[in-house]
Amino acid sequence: MRLEDYNPMKNEMYQVIDPSGKAKEKDHIPDLDDEQLKYLFRTMLYTRTIDEKALSYQRQGRMLTYAPNLGQEAAQVGSAYSLDKEDWLVPAFRELGAWLVRGVPLKNIYLYWYGNEWGSHMPDGVKVLPVSVPIASQLQHATGIGMANNIKNEKNVVLTYVGDGGTSHGDFHEALNFASVFKSPVVFIVQNNQYAISTSRKVQTLSENIALKATAYGMPGILVDGNDIFAMYNATKTAVDRARKGEGPTLIEAYTYRLGAHTTSDDPTKYRDDAEVEEWRKKDPILRFGEYLKENNVVDDEWIEETKKELGEEVKKTFESIEDNSDTELEDIFKYHFEKMPAQLQEQLDEYRSFLEGGK
Amino acid sequence: MANTLSIIQAINQALMNEMKNDDTVVVYGEDVGVEGGVFRATVDLQKTYGKERAFDTPLAESAIVGTAVGMAINGLKPVVEMQFSGFSYPAFNQIISHVARMRNRSRGQYNLPMVIRAPYGGGIRALEHHSESTEALYAQIPGLKVVIPSTPYDAKGLLIAAIRDPDPVLFWEPKRIYRAFKQEIPEEAYEIPLGKAKILQEGEDITIVTWGAMVPDVQKAVKMVQDKGISTEVIDLRTISPMDRESFIQSVKKTGRILVVHEAPKTLGVGAEIISIVNEKAFLHLEAPPTRLTGFDTTFPLPRGEKHYIPSPERIAKTIEDIVKY
Repeated sequence: MRLEDYNPMKNEMYQVIDPSGKAKEKDHIPDLDDEQLKYLFRTMLYTRTIDEKALSYQRQGRMLTYAPNLGQEAAQVGSAYSLDKEDWLVPAFRELGAWLVRGVPLKNIYLYWYGNEWGSHMPDGVKVLPVSVPIASQLQHATGIGMANNIKNEKNVVLTYVGDGGTSHGDFHEALNFASVFKSPVVFIVQNNQYAISTSRKVQTLSENIALKATAYGMPGILVDGNDIFAMYNATKTAVDRARKGEGPTLIEAYTYRLGAHTTSDDPTKYRDDAEVEEWRKKDPILRFGEYLKENNVVDDEWIEETKKELGEEVKKTFESIEDNSDTELEDIFKYHFEKMPAQLQEQLDEYRSFLEGGK
Repeated sequence: MANTLSIIQAINQALMNEMKNDDTVVVYGEDVGVEGGVFRATVDLQKTYGKERAFDTPLAESAIVGTAVGMAINGLKPVVEMQFSGFSYPAFNQIISHVARMRNRSRGQYNLPMVIRAPYGGGIRALEHHSESTEALYAQIPGLKVVIPSTPYDAKGLLIAAIRDPDPVLFWEPKRIYRAFKQEIPEEAYEIPLGKAKILQEGEDITIVTWGAMVPDVQKAVKMVQDKGISTEVIDLRTISPMDRESFIQSVKKTGRILVVHEAPKTLGVGAEIISIVNEKAFLHLEAPPTRLTGFDTTFPLPRGEKHYIPSPERIAKTIEDIVKY
């Protein structure tokens, strides 16, 4: 299968390694050295550790609402790894693996979920936009960033994400249509994790797959096994290269499964069977990639255990560093609405401060 | 060099000036490129600065505003057009959820130097959705500036200031008076600061605060009552948000009376905010109840009924007299 010739109408899923970790398309194994492979696997393990710890902190009453990524690590890490340093990432909200690949520090990520806006302020040079809660609205920003690149004649590209539920939104249509019309260098990843909170993918669209929607916009669409990191990397890399050459956007459907809840406020047992979840557990992207790497002598069980331990300690340390030290500064609530604070706002701040200080 | 222009021509000249002065200014929307806009605000921009910087888009307001967010993040200064303010609602989510919030959400990392232009208001005998005054809808949203000019001179200077502003500005244009009169204005670029009202006329007995297309009607009414010995101070608010509160607080302290005239519906409108401020800041100076004269709390009528909706100069004059006689 040549990705350049892929036809989403045929409804074939692009896969490089099968769920048991065996190479299915040997000549599609990407040219990555052992260090790169270890980095990818480590980042997937890091993603899972951050998730597991966050859920446990949340149960202990130490973390607020959190959206877990369990089961989607390959879709996120594999796609984001195809970018170059100057490229942009425009996330929705369930892209932890992609954030880590793009250099977002865990401290930012936890700070955001802990309820402080400073979590969305990225370190210099990290071209990752803040979380966008309104579903699919961020796709427009990605298209606009790419349009600006064309106007400025800059060659960096934009990777953006949306869920299967988001494809029902008007903004999905508008963003893809604009991107195509203006040849915006954007790669749209649909993380099709089969559920929009409780609503099944089957209810979102009667389209046989989501990737084929690309056809009507005049752009390539690829249906990819989202739990196969090599397939995700190859498909995204092909799309990124195409965008960088000025050939316009691509739509990638990452076919995956949300093994966890929508957020910590959700109870998935209300809307899906354990048997279905069990089937998908067998396709766990971390198990699959781990089997492949062990088979090919890149890592062994000892490396995996040590890495997990090391990551666990790092995550614990980072969380504890923000836990007691992340309340919002009063002035910060006011001072970032405009470059210069309007008199009305200054007056409200002053009045409240005066109240806090015991009144004049 | 001076030239004599209408409001719509002044807007076009402001865009021309800023596209010349700043390569990062781009102008786009529905029919703004080849045609130059349904009201001709963007005429000749594409011819002068090319299709890259002045262009037509597919018909989708949410994407017009949403892509402008991306462009502003990526170093450009987009000036986008909503063909009518009544067509801005598909973009409401982008405006409220992102345009207004990006600076705060990112703690100052991403400010959005962008302008959303739209013709607003009634009186042009148009179809449904082409006549409403929506400034209050947007003025309540933290993070947005809302500007409404009333003269060619102000339209040009305020639009240039809006384009140069580091924060997003909604620039609502009074289409009823787009071509009502001309004014001599400088050909080169100049700025009128946002957030500053203008005292159009000083007076002793009553303060009138108004903006946009209501300004000429208020001025007619003021002439009518002048003959009856009433001295009126007229303030053109020019920026709805952030509002120049001091302009009318100081004025009311002098006159003791205030009338707010606007075209938008009365209840929960901008007039209510102005009067609240007066009550908070100048209560002891008041000699009559602060009053609003506005459009009705109704849907804007189709053309056969619109003469009833917009407060006429006669009605404004009568209201002024009633307040002064109170």
